[in-house]
Amino acid sequence: MKENIPTDLKYTKSHEWVRLEGPTATIGITDHAQHELTDVVFVELPAMGRALNSGEACAVVESVKTASDLYAPLSGEVVAVNPELARHPELVNTDPYRAGWFFKLKLSTPAELDGLLSPESYAAQIA
Amino acid sequence: MLKKTPLFAAHQRLGARLVEFGGWEMPLCYTSILDEHKAVRSAAGIFDISHMGDIFARGPAAADFLNSVLTNDLANLRPGQGHYTLLCNQRGGAIDDLYLYRLQAEEFLLVVNASRIEADASWLDRQLAAFPRRQSVELKNQSDAWGAVAVQGPKAVDFIDCGFQTGGRAPSALRKNEITPVSLAGQPMWVSRTGYTGEDGFEIVAPADAIEAIWNLMLEAGKPFGLKPAGLGARDTLRTEAAYPLYGHELDEDTTPLEAGLGFFVALGKGDFVGRASLAQQKAAGVTKKLAAFKMTGRCPPPRPGYPIWSVSGGAAPVGRVTSGTQSPSLGIGIGLGFVSPEFAPVNTAIAIEIRGLRAAAITVPRPIYRRS
Repeated sequence: MKENIPTDLKYTKSHEWVRLEGPTATIGITDHAQHELTDVVFVELPAMGRALNSGEACAVVESVKTASDLYAPLSGEVVAVNPELARHPELVNTDPYRAGWFFKLKLSTPAELDGLLSPESYAAQIA
Repeated sequence: MLKKTPLFAAHQRLGARLVEFGGWEMPLCYTSILDEHKAVRSAAGIFDISHMGDIFARGPAAADFLNSVLTNDLANLRPGQGHYTLLCNQRGGAIDDLYLYRLQAEEFLLVVNASRIEADASWLDRQLAAFPRRQSVELKNQSDAWGAVAVQGPKAVDFIDCGFQTGGRAPSALRKNEITPVSLAGQPMWVSRTGYTGEDGFEIVAPADAIEAIWNLMLEAGKPFGLKPAGLGARDTLRTEAAYPLYGHELDEDTTPLEAGLGFFVALGKGDFVGRASLAQQKAAGVTKKLAAFKMTGRCPPPRPGYPIWSVSGGAAPVGRVTSGTQSPSLGIGIGLGFVSPEFAPVNTAIAIEIRGLRAAAITVPRPIYRRS
């Protein structure tokens, strides 16, 4: 399967992607991750306003077969969660990098950005 | 080293996601579990079930022998008929659940779960060794030489006959639970009107070396009707909606058919069979755990096997445990099966399923959980 890894995003070893927009970051799971999970049927998102530390388990994505934890790629405060995922969890499968986004963080520790993977590093990891 | 069915190459060509199941490498899905589930409910799906076991019993005493080890009464089976039945141990615990077909007066086919082939074969051999008329029974485990495919869905009857030569009844003319001999390119095989999805459908039991030809024939014939290949993922969501037991979940050697709500398939009045005394005793005394089907009543993650079941009024300990659970593709809500203390088993009992530490509201429902309206 040809891996879909957009070049304008950053990644984590645990298959989250990060889109940086100034002081905030939008976070979701990669095409590789959604393919591994198969049909997503339920997404549990972090509460608005919750303070997350990098690496903290903060969301759960459930497929027909299994439940998988999401880990915060960066530290910050949850300032938005995707309202569409409650009624349309399948967006995570069909459009993982846009309509299937999970939540947005107001970043607290910009230095952490250096710890994220480039598209090339992520591609190498999942090869 | 995982075992492969005759369709392994076909699954790879179709781009199947493969998973391990009971020592076999099987397709989990080809496109997606939800897609394949919906295809079965609206048109048709074809499943590789070649991993299942095929045990033949023949001879003048075969009927009596089988009736002495299986729970259902096969005296009711005419040649060309089959029924659901169980093989139980002396305690009434289930060794396997299976389909028994009477092919001829003195020829029977047992189609058994893949994970239980060895257990079933060795149990039957041991029972036969103690059977007085064992010389008049031939028992043969031919699981390796035979394979099977299941074609399930409302449209299956529209194309199932395609390609087969039928000396007797055409598959489309079968009534539920009936079985007919057919042939394909001179090779004899069997088609039954049975299934594990809750839809109308057929199962084709054939020599292993004919299976790929049958699979290709069916895919071709069924394409105009919307037939899709379907994997074990959809097989599980379909059978859970139908509230059918899966051995290892709702049945095991410490669980009786009565506890699993399968008393209909236990003919206590037919004469002695292995486990009869224990089952009769349990029926008189009442079971201490009972299988219930349930639906979640709100938005929550899907219930899964192993999750505790609680009374809604709390209590010090759970009142049961989920044995099968999933998000129902047809209903869009979490559903499942689980054993509970008998007072929680009646339909419309409010219960709570513990999902990752939180108790989510659910209610017991009649079986099947999903029925086409």
